[in-house]
Amino acid sequence: MKTLSYQTFKSETHKETAAIQKDDLETFSSQEPLTQPPKTLIIIPAYNEGKNIGAVLEGIQKQSPGIPILVIDDGSSDNTEKIVREHNAKVISLPYNSGYGVALQTGFLYAVKNNFSIVIQMDSDGQHDPANIKDLMEEVQKDNCDVVIGSRFLSKDSYKTSLARHAGMFIFGNIASLFCGQKVTDPTSGFQALKGRAIEFIASDNYPPDYPDADFIILMNRCGFKIKEIPVTMHASPDKESMHHGHKTVYYVFKMFLSIFVTLLRKSPKR
Amino acid sequence: MPPRIQIISILICVFLVAYVFELVRRKHLSEEYSMGWLLTGTSMLILSVSEGAIKWVSGLVGATLFTSTLFFFGLLFLMVICLHFSIRISALTKQVRTLTQHIGILDHEKKALEEKVNQPPWQTGTSGLEQI
Repeated sequence: MKTLSYQTFKSETHKETAAIQKDDLETFSSQEPLTQPPKTLIIIPAYNEGKNIGAVLEGIQKQSPGIPILVIDDGSSDNTEKIVREHNAKVISLPYNSGYGVALQTGFLYAVKNNFSIVIQMDSDGQHDPANIKDLMEEVQKDNCDVVIGSRFLSKDSYKTSLARHAGMFIFGNIASLFCGQKVTDPTSGFQALKGRAIEFIASDNYPPDYPDADFIILMNRCGFKIKEIPVTMHASPDKESMHHGHKTVYYVFKMFLSIFVTLLRKSPKR
Repeated sequence: MPPRIQIISILICVFLVAYVFELVRRKHLSEEYSMGWLLTGTSMLILSVSEGAIKWVSGLVGATLFTSTLFFFGLLFLMVICLHFSIRISALTKQVRTLTQHIGILDHEKKALEEKVNQPPWQTGTSGLEQI
């Protein structure tokens, strides 16, 4: 008689269970479509957004009820965390301010760890309209799409911004379009929906920690992810400076050119 | 090389090497980071002490003044050390970033577990500890 150790027994039982589950799933999927909605998470990085975050959360809860919201409090010194808790949303508090990219990536790490299959990322300053979440979700669930970017420039509503910022978006949008072989109108948009491997890719070392922008869109395109843009409504946030203001603009332009250049030089990482 | 600059140069190099050894002895500087400084100090000391070595190196780089050779190599070593530190800082920044993210997620999970444990049993049917 064959004697099985506990580990072998566990592993073989697991294999059998997995095979049965796979068979069941295949039979089930061939007969009728899956009715179970995909596990979705909304990620919002926030830094000192006590004034705006409440309204943003209320807007999301009204427009997309039932979808869990995760706010990454990026070392805020105000009451951002308290307001998020009051609105029954999940909050991860980073011990100190680490920057937009790091906060966002933390959310993706959480999503990978908790097996979320769709992630919607949006800003905490009220710039993004929660009414568009539904559109992003619908689009990302289609077969020919891994990443959906909400573009303010495809929308009929005119988006007002400074000339310098507009010029930057235009230049990097055109560079991204050139190297992606498809039109990219809004590479700086933080209103996106991602699914499956794209979520894992952001949670990996490939993600730029400071300003994920045109460089990352080019990288994702090179790695074979299918990217699509859809029109969304974006409101200007008058009480807040952009993260690319002042001396940071010079660094941003330098970093973006350098990052795009080295992205093109590097061998594409595996998906 | 004028004797005054030679003496000053030797004294500085001796002081640098001795000070680096002392820092390592007191554990204020790790062995890993002391290597660059010891290499720089020793090389500069050899160039300052040995007339033949500095003559040969000056001829090699095409310098007419021996002091220029000393400055040139001093700067070169400092540049290499700075680049080495930039590489190390980049690696450390990445490690700190990863730690920060994991601390944030673990803290969130800890709070969620604490809430579950502290929940009264009549709300969940079982006690918090049983749920875990």
